[in-house]
Amino acid sequence: MKDRKEIIEIKNLNKWYGDFHVLKDVNLTINKGEIIVVCGPSGSGKSTLIRCINYLEQFQEGSIIVDGIELVNDVKKIKAIREEVAMVFQHFNLFPHLTILDNLTLAPIWVKKTPRKEAEATAMKYLERVGIANQAHKYPNQLSGGQQQRVAIARSLCKNPKIMLFDEPTSALDPEMVAEVLDVMIELAREDKTMVCVTHEMGFAKKVADRIIFMDAGQIVEENTPEEFFQNPESDRLKLFLEQILSH
Amino acid sequence: MAIYNKINERKAPSNTKGPTVWIRENLFSTPLNVALTILGIMVLFWVIPPFVKWAYINANFAGTTREDCTSGGACWVFIRMKIDMFMYGFYPSELRWRINTVYGLFFVLMAAFKYLKSPLLKVALAHVYFIVGFLLVHGGFFGIEMVPTDKWGGLMLTIMVAAVGIVCAFPIGVLLALGRASHLPIIKSISVTYIEFIRGVPLITILFMSSIILPLFFPEGVTFDKLLRALIGIAMFEAAYIAENIRGGLQSIPKGQFEAADAIGLSYWQKMFLVILPQALKVAIPNLLSVAISLFQDTTLVLIIGLFDLLAMVRLSAADSYWLGYETEGYVFVTFIFWFFCYSMSTFSQKLEKRFNTNLR
Ligand SMILES: Nc1ncnc2c1ncn2[C@@H]1O[C@H](COP(=O)(O)OP(=O)(O)O)[C@@H](O)[C@H]1O
Ligand SMILES: [Mg+2]
Repeated sequence: MKDRKEIIEIKNLNKWYGDFHVLKDVNLTINKGEIIVVCGPSGSGKSTLIRCINYLEQFQEGSIIVDGIELVNDVKKIKAIREEVAMVFQHFNLFPHLTILDNLTLAPIWVKKTPRKEAEATAMKYLERVGIANQAHKYPNQLSGGQQQRVAIARSLCKNPKIMLFDEPTSALDPEMVAEVLDVMIELAREDKTMVCVTHEMGFAKKVADRIIFMDAGQIVEENTPEEFFQNPESDRLKLFLEQILSH
Repeated sequence: MAIYNKINERKAPSNTKGPTVWIRENLFSTPLNVALTILGIMVLFWVIPPFVKWAYINANFAGTTREDCTSGGACWVFIRMKIDMFMYGFYPSELRWRINTVYGLFFVLMAAFKYLKSPLLKVALAHVYFIVGFLLVHGGFFGIEMVPTDKWGGLMLTIMVAAVGIVCAFPIGVLLALGRASHLPIIKSISVTYIEFIRGVPLITILFMSSIILPLFFPEGVTFDKLLRALIGIAMFEAAYIAENIRGGLQSIPKGQFEAADAIGLSYWQKMFLVILPQALKVAIPNLLSVAISLFQDTTLVLIIGLFDLLAMVRLSAADSYWLGYETEGYVFVTFIFWFFCYSMSTFSQKLEKRFNTNLR
């Protein structure tokens, strides 16, 4: 079993965009090594929530503690947290002017001051793991969407983060490429990394999630183990949501 | 169930391509188009033959004096006799090898650029080139004779003002563009004020200001090189335009690029210099090159503060009482030189665009 130590603690988190209350009293504790899947209708605040965890978004009330570091507007602390937390985006966000290899080594070389040789060796190791080592010298837009997303995952692994955040990593992909990305994610889930995935891939959720969280209108409405989540949904909103995404 | 056989590729029908089809579709497709084509051809016939007759068929190339121009066409002898003035101004003729060396080193620099991969090394080398070039032309050290800047002139001065102007203005422009995009209100408003102030003022005013007003800020007796004053004015002027073009480039970079750079832990300056600016500059290249082209043309304005660039040199020579009446040849020559440089720059920019295009989404 996984040990019980908390790695992310979110307490009474409230966030507004102008007057729009986007996150409402969110409380969530995630333990080391846990795999959390976040789902919910579009616009419910899923992205906003996970983007608060690496401070891409600021929040007005509440607190977030990541691996013992409290998130405040302080360059040093933000830097420390971003070394522990990696993020994979819906639209990959690879750097188009750099080769795949340079995309991977950029942060190790400039942020961690790793020697180039060593950084490249590490990068190649991760590219091999996601199955695209032979494309290392190409540019991102020479690759298919699925390959680009695997590169993005490899890039986020390069700094050996404790926590991985995924924001709908497969929703921008053509259907035939979803599986190759999910395979990589399933493999990652088997290690001791903590993962928070916003996704609507319910097969993935059933297979690897420790807990599934359902958000609606800026609130966490329900959280449960995968079995209970799908078999005994409690709230009407979740029942409706499951009906909609599982109906075809 | 229906089963379909594989269909092999075949050639496009022949009546959709070839020169005759191109001519029919592009030159004679509508009555208006036919009229425009005929009008165009007529204008060409009306302009080109007389010009060729004047500039080439009836022209005088040989000889050394005014009396050698007898045939009624262009008197290129004038250009030939004055070419050194046009190229080097009053730079002492026995020292002109120094300028030629700097021109030659430019090609060495270009060759080195082909072999160097790292952009950082390229920038460093370009700086070394500019400093070495300037010192060599200026002299006054290691026993190399000094040539004061009031002896500089002609094409050499034109190139030098344009090149130094751009090179100095570029880093200032980058900082101004970043300042304008900054979230810090003070930095942002300083940048905006500067850019908008400069853009509201013509270059000629800036040149007057830098040559007349700038010295007022310095104690009496401190003389300030005239060329240096012009260069400061031009660099300050160009920086604002460069900043605006780079800002356009910055705005075209998707938000996701900033977020990804933040998420992998880059600092603000790392994010800007490693991720955002390289992409923004690629987008801005065509516009930056047109800034360079217009600066090259605007260098002719330094004439009004008493510097003798190429155009000023030609005017001066045409006013020479011995060669009176040949200014047409002079201006045709200047036109050609300016066209040649500007056209080269624009071709270069198209090449760059093509090369960079592959990396852009
Ligand atoms: N930068 C922003 N400014 C204003 N409103 C925003 C911004 N980003 C997101 N929103 C709004 O916040 C809500 C939640 O967005 P988001 O977290 O992206 O939802 P989800 O990821 O669940 O689809 C949406 O209604 C969205 O329109
Ligand atoms: Mg989202």
